[in-house]
Amino acid sequence: MGQITLQGVQKSFGPVHIIKGADLEIADGSFVVFVGPSGCGKTTLLRLIAGLEDVSGGNILIDGKNVVDTPPAKRGLSMVFQSYALYPHMSVRGNIGFGLKMAGLPRDEINRKVEAAAATLNLTPYLDRKPRELSGGQRQRVAIGRAIVREPKAFLFDEPLSNLDAALRVQMRIEVTRLQKQLGTTAIYVTHDQVEAMTMADKIVVLNGGKIEQYGSPLELYERPANLFVAGFIGSPKMNFVTGELASERGAATIGVRPEHLKIEREGAGGWPGTIAVAEHLGSDTFLYVEAGPLGMLTARHVGELSLGAGDRVSLVPDPARIHRFDESGNALRG
Amino acid sequence: MATRQTQFLARSLLAPAVVLLFVWMIVPLALTLYFSTLHYSLLDPGSESFVGLENFEYFLTDPAFLASLRNTLVLVGSVLLLTILLGIPLALLLDQPVVGRNFVRLMVIAPFFVMPTVSALVWKNLLMHPVSGLFAWLARLVGLTPIDWFNDVPLLSVILIVAWQWLPFATLILLTALQSLDEEQKEAAEMDGASAVSTFIYITLPHLARPITVVILIETIFLLTVFAEIFVTTGGGPGLQTTNIAFLIYSQALIQFDVGSASAGGLVAVVIANIVAFFLVRIVGRNLEA
Repeated sequence: MGQITLQGVQKSFGPVHIIKGADLEIADGSFVVFVGPSGCGKTTLLRLIAGLEDVSGGNILIDGKNVVDTPPAKRGLSMVFQSYALYPHMSVRGNIGFGLKMAGLPRDEINRKVEAAAATLNLTPYLDRKPRELSGGQRQRVAIGRAIVREPKAFLFDEPLSNLDAALRVQMRIEVTRLQKQLGTTAIYVTHDQVEAMTMADKIVVLNGGKIEQYGSPLELYERPANLFVAGFIGSPKMNFVTGELASERGAATIGVRPEHLKIEREGAGGWPGTIAVAEHLGSDTFLYVEAGPLGMLTARHVGELSLGAGDRVSLVPDPARIHRFDESGNALRG
Repeated sequence: MATRQTQFLARSLLAPAVVLLFVWMIVPLALTLYFSTLHYSLLDPGSESFVGLENFEYFLTDPAFLASLRNTLVLVGSVLLLTILLGIPLALLLDQPVVGRNFVRLMVIAPFFVMPTVSALVWKNLLMHPVSGLFAWLARLVGLTPIDWFNDVPLLSVILIVAWQWLPFATLILLTALQSLDEEQKEAAEMDGASAVSTFIYITLPHLARPITVVILIETIFLLTVFAEIFVTTGGGPGLQTTNIAFLIYSQALIQFDVGSASAGGLVAVVIANIVAFFLVRIVGRNLEA
């Protein structure tokens, strides 16, 4: 079991409020990603759940039990750190088994569990090596091994993939997701990368300025962003925002259209005319950055190749069903 | 950019310094070697004559030699032990966030900047003096007979003074190392359920292995040649109780005016230092490998 509930959790360092009241319900076995720009409080929130920081207010419930006064080790959670935080003078075996040793388990049981964890992570050949003799991806797996061997109620990941190169990151992303599904353990994962959030999460928590902006499944966030911030943060390239007359025509202060929902037409086909400033040809996709006069710079995405270049005049036609409308305070308007 | 031109330039620019250093070292060494084979007494100038290895024989068979060798090793070993055993807790304390930490650190480091002669005089006359010293006053306060430090426990007194001087060095090196300990590692240990004591044993102490090695190696180099503290306080006595190799060589040259024997002693000291260094590097040096 690993059901985690946050009730009005607050954290301030002196006069600075980092977390301004967070309410959250994390179901057992789900993979939840905290995402947001740097300084939004996502790591602080994770550390509060871990117990590495004390809350300034509110309750944290694990399986219905309030743990705000419980020391980290007694909460039954394990954490994977950004720097991996492996113990440099211990072998892989020692690193993975340290928590069990501290818990006072007999030696043969520790060995059995460590070897089982190592087998799951393909670390068996490296058990007697020191962390410095391992590659980045292997170190990452040792850190994960240290987390799973204690059979915790939940895993906490603090930007664990940010030190890996792009190719390895994609591979580890899949491995972590698969491992979590296989073990069925609740996981909370902190990242600033919305692609990681979209691909790994069952549910995403978008944080901004110490507040939870929206909590929902990846597609919910993509299709029905609650406000301008979520709309702009989720999705790549960013959503186009248009204000002024075009927005008020639709009864909104701002309207937003994702690049993939702008149809690229010849000039004069209606929609929004403009001149291509930059065209990016990726083969699978074509991204156009269009100077659209009073609307500013718009981004459009076309699946497949499109033989247009800088300087060409085009017209961008938004898909009327996919236009997001927002009021003056940035909240989404429905219906 | 190790092109041929820059290599040549680098070497020609380095050459003067290297030559100067080489001459600086080789001239005294050569002269010492030369003097060690002479009968050379300052009381009888002009009578220098070649005597072969007689000076070495005389120095090594002198009962004072073995006594001073023993004193040297006891002094080095005790001071190393004291500075490290006290330096670790002190460094741990100074690593804690307390009010006025910078001032406390400055105070702890201060003894290192006091000249050996000055600190020896302070200890001799203000602290350890059997009549007017602070320790004697404290002893009398609780009704004890004051200890006559330099007569009753002369070697221990010297050890205490030297340890006091080197404690800041050990503390400083260990403190710097503590500050470089990754915060996330400590947190990982906390998540793993390690108590403060376990964290110290399994995380902090292994992290300190290398700086402790550095402290041992550097302190040993200087502790083998402790001189001023002995000269100022006990003058090597009573008897030979506080005479170390360095002080013995001094007394050969400038108390007995026997330059030949002192030179031989100096060369013996070089050999001893090398033997100690050899064993030290074998015992603790592997910690220095990355």
